[in-house]
Amino acid sequence: MLRRVLQLGLGRSLLIRGLETRSGNSILDWDGKVSEFKKKIQSIMPGEPSNLMCDTKHLPPEHSDVVIVGGGVVGLSVAFWLKKLEKRQGAIRVLVVERDHTYSKASTGLSVGGIRQQFSLPQNVQLSLFSVDFLRNINEYLAVVDGPPLDLQFNPLGYLLLASEKGAAVLETNVKMQRQEGAKISLMSPEQLQKKFPWINTEGVALASYGLENEGWFDPWSLLQGLRRKVQSMGVLFCEGEVTRFITSSNSMRNSDGEEVNLKRIHEVHVKMDNSLEYQPVECAIVVNAAGAWSGQLAELAGIGKGPPGTLEGTKLPVEPRKRFVYLWHCPQGPGLETPLVTDTSGVYFRREGLSNNYVGGRSPTEEEEPDPADLEVDHDFFQNKVWPHLAQRVPAFEALKVHSAWAGYYDYNTFDQNGVVGPHPLVVNMYFASGFSGHGLQHAPGVGRAVAEVLLGGCFQTIDMTPFLFSRFYLEEKVLEQNII
Amino acid sequence: MEFLRENVLQKQMQKVSLENRSFTIIQDKYGRDIAGACFILQHGGSVKFRDREWIRSDEYRRFSAEVLKFQAVPVEAIDASGCAINYHGLDNLLPLKKLQCLSLQRCPHVDDWCLSRLYLLADSLQELSLAGCPQISERGLACLHHLSNLRRLDISDLPGVEYPGLTQILVEEMLPNCEVVGTDWTQEGPEEQPQDPASPIHAKPAARDLGDPCGVS
Repeated sequence: MLRRVLQLGLGRSLLIRGLETRSGNSILDWDGKVSEFKKKIQSIMPGEPSNLMCDTKHLPPEHSDVVIVGGGVVGLSVAFWLKKLEKRQGAIRVLVVERDHTYSKASTGLSVGGIRQQFSLPQNVQLSLFSVDFLRNINEYLAVVDGPPLDLQFNPLGYLLLASEKGAAVLETNVKMQRQEGAKISLMSPEQLQKKFPWINTEGVALASYGLENEGWFDPWSLLQGLRRKVQSMGVLFCEGEVTRFITSSNSMRNSDGEEVNLKRIHEVHVKMDNSLEYQPVECAIVVNAAGAWSGQLAELAGIGKGPPGTLEGTKLPVEPRKRFVYLWHCPQGPGLETPLVTDTSGVYFRREGLSNNYVGGRSPTEEEEPDPADLEVDHDFFQNKVWPHLAQRVPAFEALKVHSAWAGYYDYNTFDQNGVVGPHPLVVNMYFASGFSGHGLQHAPGVGRAVAEVLLGGCFQTIDMTPFLFSRFYLEEKVLEQNII
Repeated sequence: MEFLRENVLQKQMQKVSLENRSFTIIQDKYGRDIAGACFILQHGGSVKFRDREWIRSDEYRRFSAEVLKFQAVPVEAIDASGCAINYHGLDNLLPLKKLQCLSLQRCPHVDDWCLSRLYLLADSLQELSLAGCPQISERGLACLHHLSNLRRLDISDLPGVEYPGLTQILVEEMLPNCEVVGTDWTQEGPEEQPQDPASPIHAKPAARDLGDPCGVS
């Protein structure tokens, strides 16, 4: 019976040989597959040495429909929405590849955990509004039978953005737009600000915007664990390994202007296991680049940016890791329980942490001050010289404080316009991006995950129009600048 | 089997959602105050219109239609103890701009997110009771700083608050003009709460070891 099946298989290969001539090399590799199949059948037969049973449990599967590179909050969110939006349960096989299961350098866990709607782009505001809705109903979205409910420890205290004379007009326009999108933001004059938060020194502040609802901060680890648990229950596979190679094939086509365009498809992803040279080629249909700070390197592996500069082929993914420091300090006379996440005119930000008058904060360095992202060592002088003076100026109580600890994390910084890259690459047709969020990836993860799942499954963005965030803007030089970067 | 259990879980969540939808038809016909009152009465709570007596529904959640007659009279106090109100259900209460007393004692679905919406009642709200709500934590209590007219706040018996003593001190600092009733340090056994006809907020005396009563400066 099996022999008949094999003969049938061979017979079919004669017909399919026609496909070989299409692009010179056999895409299906039918002969190779048949001989593999024959070997497997032979080894199952009694009497043959069984070399089928080598242990491959630690390796990722050989085939997967979608491979998501990066298991942080964005990658897991894409996996969640793919499984949620698939037309039939179990229709899509998803594999998440994450090289560090401790998430020691991943931006998710090291994040300060804020979520705000105070952005200058409508799409960012919409993403935030959806994400906050997701977080509020997290136990409906991520409910797992028998699993305990998730507690994100959300602090609904809002963001307070302070603007000087120079920035006041822009702040007002932004707030108007945010309100139109449905965010609840109030504008305050320096007098109102002083009355509401007496611990602020309002010198130099012309206008302030304060989020009344749906803004605050939460625990990113719980979100990550919750997503991981739910996504595993939905059948997504996880693999601890690093992507080292893409096997691609090229196809030349002519566009409407008659120019020749080289379209690439990724066929296989080589996933190398930790601490060994072993790797597994995973055959896949689509690759999602959610590698955060390292998504630029991953894009280069796929050949993005390898071409003459100025062409679409030569346009790199402009995402690079940027190190940011976060400091935890104690101030016994500091601002009280009602303190929002305050962002000063100087770029310094801080928020409360817990009940014991501890505070967490930092500052984004200027271009000249950018620290070397090679490691995650903390520069304490940066706090002394660049952060503390501004803190003490804005909140006089902070003149007496003591730093308890500090850590550093990466922003997946988009050097072009500091906004995310979402959607497919125009030339490498089956690589989808979900990175480059430059410090607001965590708060947009649910919305971005849904957007990527929509474009992957349906071909276009359905709920939030993320077309301005496509890769092609780097080549067309159309910046979608986000001004409110903290 | 798992599918069945997931289904049951979803049905339970949907039930709460259904019970919390907005009473827009009543709102359009009779105004927001009456819509809010009907919402609360349907959930088994009590309502007090200005210069009127308390209106309660019976054990079958029925109430008399006289409510619909109070068209120009604002709702002054609401006792929603134990009601299954959630974040969306609050849509029916937040437009009540003259609401002075609100009791959300032991409401199982009132959480920090709900508290973050209460700022809309800041102009009128003077008394608030959150005693016994299982899902509230100190993070939600921090949002109450918007309620500048609050004179009495009951935050006793909140299982979600990890450090009730410290939280009470911080809340008192945050709301200097408000009397904050917290957990008794010398907690006696469970006793019947006396029914006070004038105010629904069960006034448990704050007899604390710490000496002076909560500061009303």
